[in-house]
Amino acid sequence: MYGIVVAINVGIFAILALSVNIITGYAGQPNLGQASFFGIGAYTTAILAGKYGVGFLPSLIISGFIAGIVGLLLGLASLRVRDDFLAITTIGFNFVVVAIFQYVPFFGASMGLSIPPLKLFGYPVGYVGLFIIILLLMLLVILFTKRMERSWIGIALVSIRNNEEAAESLGIDTRKFKVISFGIGTLIAGFAGSVYAYYMGFIMSYNFQFMTSITILSMAVVGGLGTIAGPIIGAIVLGLAPEIFRFVSDYRLLIYGAILILMMSFQPQGLVGDGSIFANIVRKLRPKTSGVDQ
Amino acid sequence: MFLQQLVNSIVIGSVYALTAMGATLVYGILRVLDIANAGAYAVGAYIGMAIYALTGNLFVSLIATLIISGAIGICLEKFIYLRLLDKPSIVPLITSIGVFIFIEDLLRLLNGPYAKRFPAKLPFSGIQLSSVSIPATWILVMVVTAVLLFILWYILYHTRIGLAWRATAQDMETAKAMGVNINLVVALNFLLGYGFAAVAGSLIGIMYNSISPTMGDTPAYKMLAIIVLGGLGNPVGTVLAALIIGLVETFLGGYIGFFLPRDAIAFVALIIMLLIRPKGLFASNNA
Repeated sequence: MYGIVVAINVGIFAILALSVNIITGYAGQPNLGQASFFGIGAYTTAILAGKYGVGFLPSLIISGFIAGIVGLLLGLASLRVRDDFLAITTIGFNFVVVAIFQYVPFFGASMGLSIPPLKLFGYPVGYVGLFIIILLLMLLVILFTKRMERSWIGIALVSIRNNEEAAESLGIDTRKFKVISFGIGTLIAGFAGSVYAYYMGFIMSYNFQFMTSITILSMAVVGGLGTIAGPIIGAIVLGLAPEIFRFVSDYRLLIYGAILILMMSFQPQGLVGDGSIFANIVRKLRPKTSGVDQ
Repeated sequence: MFLQQLVNSIVIGSVYALTAMGATLVYGILRVLDIANAGAYAVGAYIGMAIYALTGNLFVSLIATLIISGAIGICLEKFIYLRLLDKPSIVPLITSIGVFIFIEDLLRLLNGPYAKRFPAKLPFSGIQLSSVSIPATWILVMVVTAVLLFILWYILYHTRIGLAWRATAQDMETAKAMGVNINLVVALNFLLGYGFAAVAGSLIGIMYNSISPTMGDTPAYKMLAIIVLGGLGNPVGTVLAALIIGLVETFLGGYIGFFLPRDAIAFVALIIMLLIRPKGLFASNNA
């Protein structure tokens, strides 16, 4: 029972870390407001399912798309402001969204919103069922990211991240791909929010604060931006850290802060990023099949 | 009523200016978004209170707060930030968030999670005019802020080290090639940057007679909005932006009434401004 709750939490945050990875990892656009899209997804589901009795699948899809559309709008803003300005704009966006959830009565204001228990085909879905749904969703996101990595979108995105001017001079419309990456990344966060709403049964603006955005981005960075395994490993490591360090529960945040500082100081590319200790070990263990080695 | 609100907003704006100055200085030289600076704000309040309790002298406690927190800032710079400068900008940003979380939790562990009082006896009393009352603590805030900002202005524009600071802010590599002692400039930068934020924390603690480990939360992000409005790394712009945010918050929040909470106003202003002037209200030409 306790194990499955932890697993669900880690799973949801793994999806979120993967989602921010598309924006920050692949397209290189800093995003410190991902929790707001997570929140937009969760609130959309809470309103659809809680107030209008809409079923699971429609709620999930609509939630994703609403988050994605708002994300596209923020992506448009990213064309006007760059780098550090964009980072702060996304922080600001997060605060404004949370303030709206907290003060507008339609969104439950300080009372929050409740969501009816999840039912599929008339049967209630328990924690195990919810976890399976999360794993399926995560699998979809992983498959999608893999495809994207290999397709022309992925190549364009990575070239934007590495050198925007060079990419532009090669005729890549960097503006279009930046906005697309925002749209996709926030759409996925909206899906995660929808599932989260069903899992929690009750949501408040508090769940989607700036700190949550930091947690999501930290997971992706600690694991390794621009990789698929990285955000998942980051979500597992940082998601389990509070559970593992439960015996020193009073020092959990202190340890969390220390992990971030140490990781960034000694392994800034993340646990599995290019040139990290872990990646080097894997490369050495792997038998050489081709003569070409980077 | 109008005059009273005006005084309120100037007091609030000057505290914002002092708080945001630290992050502005750090960004000006290192191009790092230094969220950990808000940690110095909370640390400063605790150090200020401890030294005031020890000595009973407000002046001594403010000076000591500035120096001790400045020294902490220099340590952070030497042991953490300097090693990260050639990394993508997300790396120092996440690091500074880590430092902020660490500092906040350390304060909670050392002092307990509850708010404490910071009862300071001021050597002068407040001013009561016909419709405006200015408590003594407000006068303290305004005077200390004005003095510190004047000292900063003097250092930046009328001393050799200030010239070195401005050269480094424009182009660190070139400044280094011209024989500017970068290490000294960066160290001074962190001394003042963290020292100012710490004094701001102390002043707020005195003004509200309350300090708590999480008191840096709100400044941590509001300060970011202010330094962007001021043109990221532009000290004069930061002061103007801080005063404007103080005015807008007080009048929108207290006078007209606004559907969003006070603390969100800075960010609404920020987002509107960025869409109109993407480089900040007072962006310098070289930014």
